[in-house]
Amino acid sequence: MKKLINKPEDVVTDELNGIVAAHSDLVRVHFDPNFIARADAPVKGKVGVISGGGSGHEPMHGGFVGMGMLDAACPGAVFTSPTPDQMLEATKAVNGGAGVLHIVKNYTGDIMNFEMAADLARAEGIEVEAVVTNDDVAVKDSLYTAGRRGVGVTVLAEKMCGAAAEQKRSLKEVADVCRKVNGQGRSMGMALTSCTVPHAGKPTFDLPEDEMEIGVGIHGEPGRKRMKLQTAAEITEMLAGPILDDLPFKSGDSVLAFVNGMGGTPLIELYVVYNELAKICAGRGVKIARNLIGSYITSLEMAGCSITLVKMDDDLLRLWDAPVKTPGLRWGV
Amino acid sequence: MPISRDAVLDWIKAYADAIAANKDYLTQLDSDIGDADHGVNMHRGFQAALTKLPGVADKDIGTILKTVGMTLVSTVGGAGGPLYGTLFMQMGAATPSKQELTLADWATALEAGINGVIMRGKAQLGDKTMVDALTPALAAIKEATANSASLSGALQQSAQAAEQGMKDTIPLVARKGRASYLGERSAGHQDPGATSSHLLLKTAADTWAGAS
Ligand SMILES: Nc1ncnc2c1ncn2[C@@H]1O[C@H](COP(=O)(O)OP(=O)(O)OP(=O)(O)O)[C@@H](O)[C@H]1O
Ligand SMILES: [Mg+2]
Repeated sequence: MKKLINKPEDVVTDELNGIVAAHSDLVRVHFDPNFIARADAPVKGKVGVISGGGSGHEPMHGGFVGMGMLDAACPGAVFTSPTPDQMLEATKAVNGGAGVLHIVKNYTGDIMNFEMAADLARAEGIEVEAVVTNDDVAVKDSLYTAGRRGVGVTVLAEKMCGAAAEQKRSLKEVADVCRKVNGQGRSMGMALTSCTVPHAGKPTFDLPEDEMEIGVGIHGEPGRKRMKLQTAAEITEMLAGPILDDLPFKSGDSVLAFVNGMGGTPLIELYVVYNELAKICAGRGVKIARNLIGSYITSLEMAGCSITLVKMDDDLLRLWDAPVKTPGLRWGV
Repeated sequence: MPISRDAVLDWIKAYADAIAANKDYLTQLDSDIGDADHGVNMHRGFQAALTKLPGVADKDIGTILKTVGMTLVSTVGGAGGPLYGTLFMQMGAATPSKQELTLADWATALEAGINGVIMRGKAQLGDKTMVDALTPALAAIKEATANSASLSGALQQSAQAAEQGMKDTIPLVARKGRASYLGERSAGHQDPGATSSHLLLKTAADTWAGAS
């Protein structure tokens, strides 16, 4: 294992201290239990928006704390969901009296830990709503399984919910934005390499030089199928096809297109993928109204990408365009 | 001699040791069909639980088990944290102010704990989870009780049933937890949570071998 770390067990703490050193103007970091909150939290009369999950997906979620996006983020150990005491304390810290929205990615661990935290917060008199993101079309959806994973849509939902909360919309209205973005968003990812969890010390899976995994999530886990490496055009079609067919996105739809790097893929390749995606969307009459290209929801140093499309309407477009000022996403300010 | 409070403390310590010894193995199982963290998560939680034991060593068994459960909830994370945390908290809730456990007490505690796990995780038998090791273990205890087996004999049988349940997860296609994302590819691998649950019951049988 070759990594820029001190000790595997200190990675998350060292990172949080780095965030303190770098971004004290925007956020403050609370230790034990760990969470990152807006420097000016709680904002009176505003719905608090929090999220959380395992570490290793940076900049998500901690990098999205700030004006116009999250009020707090709870980082767990690498690839391990955070514990209820973290979400409880974060919820209390950002509650400005208008309630708190929990944006939860659909993973068994995240669901159960957030559920326990929401119960505890409600017992303390704080109004909490939780919305679960589950946009990964690579996973077969079924009532009898854990269902689809929450992936790329989460970043976009955090941005648009944060903007809705800044407008002082109610808890239910902010939660509705989250449900809408999730309901109208679909994603799929692929990996060119695995990644190494610091405390595991070796790659989570072996992927030969000339092979790739299609349908991976964001935890270095194997995907739905393994195949010979192909061109960016073919790979983009393999990801965009199932996404477009699933919702389905139709001719005339206006979308936000998000091409995300998994952590080890350079921007040059993401633009190659975006070029293919733009052609595919144009071919189907789907209009890309906005785009986001870069590594925002990562899987440590995994090489690969994911594509997310969200069907937009005027309200969502305004929420997307609204100012945001966080370490990881910043415009309009 | 029923299971004494000290024997309960010894069991928790022995399980923490067993997790430490099997940390890499559990993590390896979890890297095959999960996200390579089950051993590390459980190890972190039980090391934290060990530090809490001196503070409750003179309390009743219910308090000890609840303390372990609450510590697991706040230190393990992942799916394992709420699930093992709930298991211990419910076992504790079922043994209030007990200074020792009879076979019937242990069966009651285990049943409450397993019901808690099922309520929290909504897994059924055959979903390829820790429930597949725990449920047969409970059934074996009940059967042994009905056949008026000795306490140590019943514990042995429950550990064996858990082991069988754990091995039976190998061919299964996972329907809960991270492994379910793999669909058919999850078959052929032993479930990490069922493995740590078998260890829990095996450690109980070994630690309490002298009880009757
Ligand atoms: N719904 C469930 N009910 C019961 N047991 C479950 C459930 N989901 C997962 N498990 C058990 O949890 C084990 C995995 O625990 P682990 O600590 O690795 O959590 P995880 O799934 O990696 O959590 P996270 O996704 O947050 O990282 C599985 O092997 C399985 O036995
Ligand atoms: Mg795991």
